[in-house]
Amino acid sequence: MPIPIVNYLALEPQPHLVAQQCTACKAKVFGRHNACPNCFALDFTEVDVPTTGVLKTFTIVHHDAKGVPVPYCAAVIDCGGMTVMGNIIGVDPDPEIITRGMEVQLKTYSLGNDAEGVEAIGFGFEPV
Amino acid sequence: MTENVWILGIHMTPFGKRADKDVLDLAAEAALAALKDAGVTMRDMQVMGYGNLRGQTSGQSLQKQIGQTGIPSYNVSNACATGSTAMRAVMMSIKSGESDMGIAVGVEKLYGAGLLTGNDVGSGPETWTPKGRNGAIKNLDGYIGTSGMAGLFAQIGMAYNNSDPRANFELFARISEKSHSHSTLNPNAAYQNKMSLEQIMNDPMIAYPHTRSMCSANCDGAAAAVLVSESKLRTLSLEQQRRAVKISASVLASDPWTEAAQEFPDVSTVTRNAAIKAYELAGVGPQDMNLVELHDCFAAAELVHYDNLQLCEPGGAIDFFNSGATWRDGKTPVNVSGGLQSKGHPIAATGIANIWEVATHLRNEAGPRQIEGAKVGMAHVIGLGSSCTVHILEKSSL
Ligand SMILES: CC(C)(COP(=O)(O)OP(=O)(O)OC[C@H]1O[C@@H](n2cnc3c(N)ncnc32)[C@H](O)[C@@H]1OP(=O)(O)O)[C@@H](O)C(=O)NCCC(=O)NCCS
Ligand SMILES: [Zn+2]
Repeated sequence: MPIPIVNYLALEPQPHLVAQQCTACKAKVFGRHNACPNCFALDFTEVDVPTTGVLKTFTIVHHDAKGVPVPYCAAVIDCGGMTVMGNIIGVDPDPEIITRGMEVQLKTYSLGNDAEGVEAIGFGFEPV
Repeated sequence: MTENVWILGIHMTPFGKRADKDVLDLAAEAALAALKDAGVTMRDMQVMGYGNLRGQTSGQSLQKQIGQTGIPSYNVSNACATGSTAMRAVMMSIKSGESDMGIAVGVEKLYGAGLLTGNDVGSGPETWTPKGRNGAIKNLDGYIGTSGMAGLFAQIGMAYNNSDPRANFELFARISEKSHSHSTLNPNAAYQNKMSLEQIMNDPMIAYPHTRSMCSANCDGAAAAVLVSESKLRTLSLEQQRRAVKISASVLASDPWTEAAQEFPDVSTVTRNAAIKAYELAGVGPQDMNLVELHDCFAAAELVHYDNLQLCEPGGAIDFFNSGATWRDGKTPVNVSGGLQSKGHPIAATGIANIWEVATHLRNEAGPRQIEGAKVGMAHVIGLGSSCTVHILEKSSL
């Protein structure tokens, strides 16, 4: 069984992101929370996040810590009202190609196998 | 009514490469000079606020170098707002009536530090093991967006006003051009050389659209302020009263809930909220500001803060900058010190250093870079994560 890069990436039946939604105020967050940061209620349910969205803003990172492959395009995407962070993949990280307002689609890719042969799956967004 | 609090003395060390000084040397240099400027000694201090993020020193270690009188030290850590938060701790002590004079110190040695988020992520884990609240199996930098600050602030700037396409590389580089022009008049700035738009745009790209000279400069430095209650100030000499600077508003805020900010840092709402409260407390408006030092940790940040601090019409920051308003001869001079991109940004010192800059103009002591007739000014600092301080300062009328 492959393992996702983060626990909010679900691989089945089709790859998609999963948010925690506050049962009281409907606020959505990623990752484990002790209480709702908006209304302080304690209960969450899981909701699927749309796999398509609009690119709101981006940067192209050329200088990063040793061990991080550069250049890459980091972006903020609005997926049906939920703000998502992710890289723009499948195109050159070039500001002539990547533009604000562009429609993008979630895509997964292999991050390789670990020492025990388990494959990890990453995600990014590709222009539609 | 609680007491008004005033700045009695304040100092900023030269910023830059200070290889011959350790953290405590720099802190002592700033503190002793601020005390001298105030005309008082450690004997008069009843409280200390201290900030040093990366040197692991404390107010107590500074006291061992400049005077151990047993006073409490609030050792604070609040990202880039550390210095101004330390100052606010002293201010709250005076407002509460527990003390009538105190000193705040912010210091950092950062020259040559590189990326503050780390310069090496290592070779990664042997086996994929989910860790933390997101169950991440590896360092996410470069895989799910960037954790580097030049890239985060690039995205904040490129999102300005519903992702206005005019918020682009050239615009941000022109903002840096202003910084690197203003700094030529500041003998305390780390980088005092003028840089042309072309030089800035052709500098090594860190995170598009930020080249190296559009990023805050890592450097060494310290700043310190001696604060006093108004009633105590009135017992001091006329010269001390004349040079004192009134703190008309001091606001500290954290980022409130917004759905978008759960994933991506929001430095705008917190700044907007702090500014609204500061104007209200001081009873003045943005149009009254004779100068503003705002947190231009990266060129793109300056643009969004014109709007967040209400220096321009809502959504009007690009036109505002293009009108020339924020150059030193403009309507609202912004970062006449050269800002963090050229004056430099020794993180825990910056919160007090920005206040020093504004106070120095209000005292009419800024030399060749003096903004003539400055009576009211603002100092703004952001700590990513996010915290914000806004101070409004006024020239003495005592
Ligand atoms: C941009 C950055 C990565 C460059 O780091 P670096 O590659 O280690 O570069 P250095 O700091 O060693 O600078 C090398 C040269 O570039 C030039 N330079 C660097 N920054 C400059 C600036 N802001 N303006 C003008 N020149 C600059 C100088 O000539 C410097 O030479 P010097 O050390 O002899 O003075 C780093 O400064 C940075 O990350 N800055 C942001 C820090 C930050 O995040 N602060 C908190 C903000 S919220
Ligand atoms: Zn809720």
